[in-house]
Amino acid sequence: MGNYLKLIALGLITLFAAVAANWGRDLAYVVHAIIIMLVSGFMFLRVLRATDEPVQAVATDGYMDGVVRAGVIATGFWGVVGFLVGVVIAFQLAFPQLNFEVLQPYGNFGRLRPLHTSAVIFAFGGNALIMSSFYIVQRTCGARLWGGNLAWFVFWGYNLFIVLAATGYLLGATQSKEYAEPEWYVDIWLTIVWVSFLLVYLGTIFKRTEKHIYVANWFLLSFIITVAMLHLVNNISIPVSIWGSKSVQIFSGVQDAMTQWWYGHNAVGFFLTAGFLGMMYYFVPKQAGRPVFSYKLSIIHFWALIFLYIWAGPHHLHYTALPDWASTLGMVFSIILWMPSWGGMINGLMTLQGAWDKLRTDPIIRMMVISLAFYGMSTFEGPMMSIRAVNSLSHYTDWTIGHVHSGALGWNGMITFSALYFLTPKLWGRAQMYSMSAINWHFWLATIGIILYAASMWVTGIMEGLMWREVDANGFLVNSFADTVSAKFPMYVVRGLGGVLYLAGALIMAWNMFMTIRGGQKVAARVGVPAE
Amino acid sequence: MDTYSLLREIADSWVLLAMFVFFLGTIIWAFRPGSRKVHDDTSQIPFRNEDRPGDAASDTKIKELQS
Repeated sequence: MGNYLKLIALGLITLFAAVAANWGRDLAYVVHAIIIMLVSGFMFLRVLRATDEPVQAVATDGYMDGVVRAGVIATGFWGVVGFLVGVVIAFQLAFPQLNFEVLQPYGNFGRLRPLHTSAVIFAFGGNALIMSSFYIVQRTCGARLWGGNLAWFVFWGYNLFIVLAATGYLLGATQSKEYAEPEWYVDIWLTIVWVSFLLVYLGTIFKRTEKHIYVANWFLLSFIITVAMLHLVNNISIPVSIWGSKSVQIFSGVQDAMTQWWYGHNAVGFFLTAGFLGMMYYFVPKQAGRPVFSYKLSIIHFWALIFLYIWAGPHHLHYTALPDWASTLGMVFSIILWMPSWGGMINGLMTLQGAWDKLRTDPIIRMMVISLAFYGMSTFEGPMMSIRAVNSLSHYTDWTIGHVHSGALGWNGMITFSALYFLTPKLWGRAQMYSMSAINWHFWLATIGIILYAASMWVTGIMEGLMWREVDANGFLVNSFADTVSAKFPMYVVRGLGGVLYLAGALIMAWNMFMTIRGGQKVAARVGVPAE
Repeated sequence: MDTYSLLREIADSWVLLAMFVFFLGTIIWAFRPGSRKVHDDTSQIPFRNEDRPGDAASDTKIKELQS
């Protein structure tokens, strides 16, 4: 019976998408309609072939790790894609000739830039968060994922969202909101996927066999719920036509700007911070073989972080039409936020107390330590940059980009790499990664890459900010905008090279993961029953 | 009074107070007497149930052994 309902639904979606492909008003919409038609048509055939066939029994007593394995592979894949696009656009800024004439408009910086940011944040980071949520919630609750194949729906649905978003940017469908570029129908699809994610996660927590909910789950749950709320509020828009991708935002002017940066900063706070802290609170104790330094501190860290982060958004709108009281509020909360951030960093680092010797022998621990160090550094830099006087120098310059990348490459990237190195051997039943020295290479390439990136962006950012405000004795501006652009050239090349090093490290990781998964003696399976 | 001013007034008085009290409450709750034992046990969760889901029965047995 269930299959018949599925067939009816999938058939209707395929039909609708076929009609939409014919009547679509713009290229992005037509391409998306074709993608949706093909995906739902494929699913229709899959369900049809299984209908009225004997149902194969699925072992449901072990953990559901198949979807985590898929997530590990997807994370590695999207990481390499996202870093590669980043390197391309870094060199496009240094050498504008790389905006090739034949690729216009699809291959120019303006369309590739959101592709890069979404690929690294939502594709690489999002897949990392989903797969490690699924892994962590099962282990810390002592329960199999709730909802059966719903977890697979979350995985494939989320990756379909990424494909739709990425192709949309290239073909020119964007609602021009930073980190929330996808248009209305992609937003609706993400909402469905995200609610399913929440259901799987909550369902697993509800049927846990442990009495208490481990702190990592608190962080991950706050990440899932808050991102749902942010996504819904920031994407309130009305489509111009059901046959086109264009939509119009409900908010306008400063209200729209404030909603956008309430969203944008909390995407940093809850997607890139709370979610990854959930990973940190599981993987660091596991790899160190010791429980977290202070569980009390982790509780205070959690509540302080979520109570403060939500107010910090207005610091993106200093010296705008936003009322002064609002931007002062954002600034004050950003500065107080320094406390829980460093509390969390100290908690993570001190977990290694008594195991510091592992820093010499275990390259994965080393990656975790450098990631926490970058977390500490960028959560110090951020509050400082949110101060209005500092912001008057740093805003709109490359300093901001340097800050974002020391957080993203240093903190998010490194903790994800160490999670991948932790999970890959475990999930495929290997004793350890194929090559430990390759992890070491990855560590140094990535670290030097980040340092080149951050240092060049500090130099160019502060230089640019000072050049913009430089006035001569008569009060006239000394530099034109083009002067700052040409002065930045050497730093742009250094930044691009930093990106090349970081990408090289990720390629080594991809090779290492491939060899671990494919080759080597299988050690006695340590992961229970393979799911599905 | 327009909606904005009304909501603003509620937000920066009672709601602010309620959130602040809740926040202080979580910290006091974390430091309540007897919480150390609970926290020590909870912080060990990552080292249990590594390979297969736990069941409530064996879990209480572990707790009995530990206490």
